[in-house]
Amino acid sequence: MKRYDLIIIGAGPSGLSAAIEAGKRGMSVIVFDENERPGGQLFKQIHKFFGSKEHKAKIRGFVIGQQLLDEAAKAGVEVRLSATVIGMYPQHEVVVKIGQGVEHFKGDAIIVATGAAENMVTFDGWTLPGVIGAGAAQTMMNLHGIRPGKRILMLGSGNVGLVVAFQLMQAGCQVEALVDAAPRVGGYGVHASKVARTGVPFYLSHTIKKAEGTDHVTGATIAQVDSHFQFIPGTEKHFDVDTICLAVGLSPMSQLLKMAGCQMDNSGKGGGQIPVVDESGATSVPGIYAVGDVAGIEEASSAMIEGRMAGIKAAEYLGFEAQESGDAEFEKNVQALDGLRQGMFAPQNRGKKIELTEEGIPVSENLLTHGFVADDEIGRFPGVTHRAGVHPVMECTQNIPCNPCQDACKNGCISIGKNITNLPFVVEGKKCIDCGMCVASCSGQAVFLVDEDTGGGHAQVTLPYEFLPLPKKGDMGKGLSRSGRPICDAKVVRVRTGKAFDHTALVTIEVPADMAMKARFFRADGEEDAR
Amino acid sequence: MRLDRSIDLGPCLPKEGDDQIICRCEEVTQGEIRQAVHAGMFTLAEVRRYLRCGMGLCQGQTCGKLVARIMAGEMKVPVSQIAPASSRSPMRPIAMQVWADEKEGGRPE
Repeated sequence: MKRYDLIIIGAGPSGLSAAIEAGKRGMSVIVFDENERPGGQLFKQIHKFFGSKEHKAKIRGFVIGQQLLDEAAKAGVEVRLSATVIGMYPQHEVVVKIGQGVEHFKGDAIIVATGAAENMVTFDGWTLPGVIGAGAAQTMMNLHGIRPGKRILMLGSGNVGLVVAFQLMQAGCQVEALVDAAPRVGGYGVHASKVARTGVPFYLSHTIKKAEGTDHVTGATIAQVDSHFQFIPGTEKHFDVDTICLAVGLSPMSQLLKMAGCQMDNSGKGGGQIPVVDESGATSVPGIYAVGDVAGIEEASSAMIEGRMAGIKAAEYLGFEAQESGDAEFEKNVQALDGLRQGMFAPQNRGKKIELTEEGIPVSENLLTHGFVADDEIGRFPGVTHRAGVHPVMECTQNIPCNPCQDACKNGCISIGKNITNLPFVVEGKKCIDCGMCVASCSGQAVFLVDEDTGGGHAQVTLPYEFLPLPKKGDMGKGLSRSGRPICDAKVVRVRTGKAFDHTALVTIEVPADMAMKARFFRADGEEDAR
Repeated sequence: MRLDRSIDLGPCLPKEGDDQIICRCEEVTQGEIRQAVHAGMFTLAEVRRYLRCGMGLCQGQTCGKLVARIMAGEMKVPVSQIAPASSRSPMRPIAMQVWADEKEGGRPE
């Protein structure tokens, strides 16, 4: 039987992070993953992450995945792929299916980082081909380069539903509608807004009644639900779609921990059955840790920190790290994790309706019910100001822990203030030089550069653009409102791409002056809106 | 907590969606699960053995929650009170010939 100081199950963000910390401390570490490729969900994440520098903010997920793999290799970590752990027995024995046989391993410590699986909901026709998980759609698009369908209906307005809806459009699919039974958008408002401004309608308090078709999906019927989630007769709407994506939550894959005899919590608060763990991820069985989604559904940034914490503690447990220095390192990660678990979307605020921002500003109701901030709401947020010349407009209206825009502006035009969750504001007396770094750095694509008067009754708006083909200078088209409605003629006057923008193009459009604070997206003429 | 097996669930009346498949691996319907509860299967393990739901390719990863929710609805208890199925090896579907092929460390050293 092969022995290791530490066995890690799952080569996703938390497992790899744990492996790096343990490997750095001289432990022999092996990571098993049942997939052919490492990285867990990270390699499907093509969007820029939120947070601060220490959380790898504004770096795209798959790049973070590559960084982790490089770090793990440097730390001497062995990663075994296509290796399925099929059982975990007393005395830290792990049985792994490798190739056409099973092998036994023993680890002085074990970290379980198996992640989660997608939830499903049932409705008439839910077993038809074409009904898929949003994560599955992401795998098809971003790992295998296959479009899951042409016309999509997305169920679920959490961050997964919003992010995947956007990615489906990037892959060239038409997203016909975004539907959620909840009365309010569950994910970040900025993610919703970037979907809404392309023209995708949001149907909150609606859910799927039926997937139509005989051998595959040919359509979907949705209907409104009341406050008890019962269908309201006569509210049915039909969509011609060939794919229905479900983004209705995740369930921890915690069976190995249960099998190993760890005390479990079935209350449902972590998204399903989860192990009872302390701050370091230690379970009730000494030497067994659980980190990432398997210990309660959260997201990749916190999973990476949890992984590091468990890695450090496992090293301490086995004497590879002195308690004093280990505790100091651990404490740094506690701080980083606390930094992430702040703001309106913090775990402690889950399910709560928040009326006011930390600044005391009423939150945008329209954002929660339709996916975009209404014209008569946007002016009350501190990032949205009028001034002469070009200036940044930050349509960031919810308190989330994120600050790349502040770091991006070399001239100090943008400030977050004291707390990382504060809404960004424009600093008086600082001169914007139209460099565009703030636009490209905003993970939520919520920063615009606006010049409200460029002469001749015109204004210019620079917006982030992540679709191909890119518009070209001179292209004519329409300026779209925050709701995705064409509101004016628009002409592309400048298109900027640059390494520093990391694949976010900056498209500057010229619009009528009275549209400077309304036009937030561009659609070229001839680019037909199928809706 | 000891399971109260004397609770009266009343008759099992037909319900909308009874013909809907819940466990797609083993093709078990909502109606079958509801009837199983009325027949006295009060834990996921019991329903699983009775109907095979959760014993297919995905090992209940997809339907486990759905089945528990249906059971909780019939029993009029919170979902958290439905005892989860036991977890045992093999955690993933595996061919018997592979499972029996002990490469290393399987036999006593």
